[in-house]
Amino acid sequence: MNFVVPDFYPAAAEIFVAVMALVIMLASTFARRVGRTLAYVLAQFTLIGAAFITIFVTMSDQVVYTFSDMFVGDLLGNFLKLLIYFAVAIALLYGRGYLADRNMDRPEYHLLAVLMTLGMMVMVTANHLLTLYIGLEMMSLSLYAMVAFDRDSARSTEAGMKYFVLGALASGLLLYGMSMIYGATGALDFGSIHEALYYQSANKTVLLFGLVFLMAGIAFKLGVVPFHMWVPDVYQGAPTAVTLLIATAPKLAAFAMAMRLLVFGLFELAEQWQAMLMFLAVLSIILGNLAAIAQSNIKRMLAYSGISHMGFMLLGLLSGVVDGDRHYAFGAYSSAMFYAVSYVIMSLASFGMVILLSRAGFEAENIDDFKGLNKRSPWFAAMMMIVMFSMAGIPFFIGFFAKLAVLQSVVAAGYIWLAVLAVIMSVIGAYYYLRVVKVMYFDEPVDSAPIHAPADVRVMLSVNGLSIAVLGLMPNALMSLCVFALLASLV
Amino acid sequence: MEFKTFVFYLFAAILVFAALRVITARNPVHAALHLVLAFFTAGGIWLLLQAEFLAIVLVMTYVGAVMVLFLFVVMMLDINLDRLREGFWGYLPVGALIGILLVVEMAIVLGGRYFGLDAMPTPAAAAEGYSNTRELGMVLYTEYVYPFELASLVLLVAMVAAVTLTLRKRKGVKYIDPADQVAVKRDGRVELVSMPAEKE
Repeated sequence: MNFVVPDFYPAAAEIFVAVMALVIMLASTFARRVGRTLAYVLAQFTLIGAAFITIFVTMSDQVVYTFSDMFVGDLLGNFLKLLIYFAVAIALLYGRGYLADRNMDRPEYHLLAVLMTLGMMVMVTANHLLTLYIGLEMMSLSLYAMVAFDRDSARSTEAGMKYFVLGALASGLLLYGMSMIYGATGALDFGSIHEALYYQSANKTVLLFGLVFLMAGIAFKLGVVPFHMWVPDVYQGAPTAVTLLIATAPKLAAFAMAMRLLVFGLFELAEQWQAMLMFLAVLSIILGNLAAIAQSNIKRMLAYSGISHMGFMLLGLLSGVVDGDRHYAFGAYSSAMFYAVSYVIMSLASFGMVILLSRAGFEAENIDDFKGLNKRSPWFAAMMMIVMFSMAGIPFFIGFFAKLAVLQSVVAAGYIWLAVLAVIMSVIGAYYYLRVVKVMYFDEPVDSAPIHAPADVRVMLSVNGLSIAVLGLMPNALMSLCVFALLASLV
Repeated sequence: MEFKTFVFYLFAAILVFAALRVITARNPVHAALHLVLAFFTAGGIWLLLQAEFLAIVLVMTYVGAVMVLFLFVVMMLDINLDRLREGFWGYLPVGALIGILLVVEMAIVLGGRYFGLDAMPTPAAAAEGYSNTRELGMVLYTEYVYPFELASLVLLVAMVAAVTLTLRKRKGVKYIDPADQVAVKRDGRVELVSMPAEKE
């Protein structure tokens, strides 16, 4: 048997993060006294180091395969990995004070966060059903533990348990779908699956049967209707710092998973999976926006808003191929990617605000806790207003351009009714975003305690909020990055 | 009927029976034991498929290690069966409907049309001296080294998660750290106080 030692170079960032995870574990075990700070500092160092490696070592517009074609290094993967590092780093920064106040900043938290990052990196660069699944499990297992991290709180453990059971079920469905795809094509890597489909050597009925199960798994990870039941409960039950982590980087990883499975692997079945995505998207946009109106808990409200945002993101994915014509594919997929990226930026800022208003012994969970924020801190009230306007899709914030881009691709694909429905639902959705702005500016504060947060959180949250406005003024830079990443990766 | 086919149907029947008993048995210990039976017969079916390594691993790890632990846990816990069964009849219609739908749909696709002997011809018998275990060993650390190493990290995540969610340091227990006990010096135990002598 001939075996050539694989090229480790393209996976430099993954290897670095894996080694650093072990370093964090050992270092915080031996340096007990400073373990908490040390784990946090090392986790941030890992993310920054990985970003440097990704930018200076592995970034290239060539597509490289290694580890027997199980790993793909392309621009899409590298770009998404960079965003994942930033999202996790910012989430850890926001969450640190919150965790310390509740005595939850144990070193394991940051260790699990780093391992979760590794899982997402593996998912993003997977070119094989096996690596994709292992990456997914690594990410999900870390998240299950982190959701239940506040182990003395009944709500947190219940949320962790719910997430775990439903997540295991979704993984089972996904694996079953994968086994069907393997049964029909005899291949596990996306290139060969694509080839088998292209030459129509695979049985289509069996493939479609597998596709249904794959779709259920993807939909669960994205949190779209009808696989959304876990989202509100987990977002509400988990410690806010963990909610912040779940609501951001994993959405990018789930987007990458959908791209790899559907576009890189099963592109020949686009007509079929687009119909399924349309079903998911329509239900998510309707249910997410309507259910969010009734919420008084802001974490729950943001969870439903996340469901509808993911529905919007799917609008981009489902308008790639029209009547067998593939000309729209790049535009459509890059609009979906743009949507996912801007949602992550907005989601970071919105949950960051929830954390900012919380303090030791007090959870700012209800929309009422935002009452009169303008009197307490005009600057952060303005930041929250930017985030809410952007999420509602009010012009000249990034959220508006994200919605515009996906709607353009939906209209280009000829689904006018879908675009109209999406616009109507987002107008309805604007109500609950604007309600938060209204209570901040026009209501009297219930709670007059001054906002105290460390300087790094204040600065980062301001940068985060302002970036939504600044990117809204020049959305083309980010949009062309998305287009370029896809052009260089989709061969 | 060929003997091999007979063995297959026998194992398949036992497997289905055992799997059904896992979810219908009233006593959780019985359910766990039936799961052991299900794993064992599944191992038998894999042996028929000439996947002897998988069969052995299934019996060794699942039956030998995982299920034994499972049984211990089930026996230790005081599970209130009536509370578990609460709402069973309420959920039954919806659950049964979805279950039956799934089974019918799966039967349509997975029936003989696509997976019968015409669609999937019998693979050629392995050559003399072919070893499944050896073939797996050849690729595990070579072609599959990337997922293999990642799988070890997944196990690490599971370990860290289990420890961090369950390890508690209790306060107020009369536990003595052996290290402290060994390191103790005379000065720590006995204090000599010099006192002036007292008259009676």
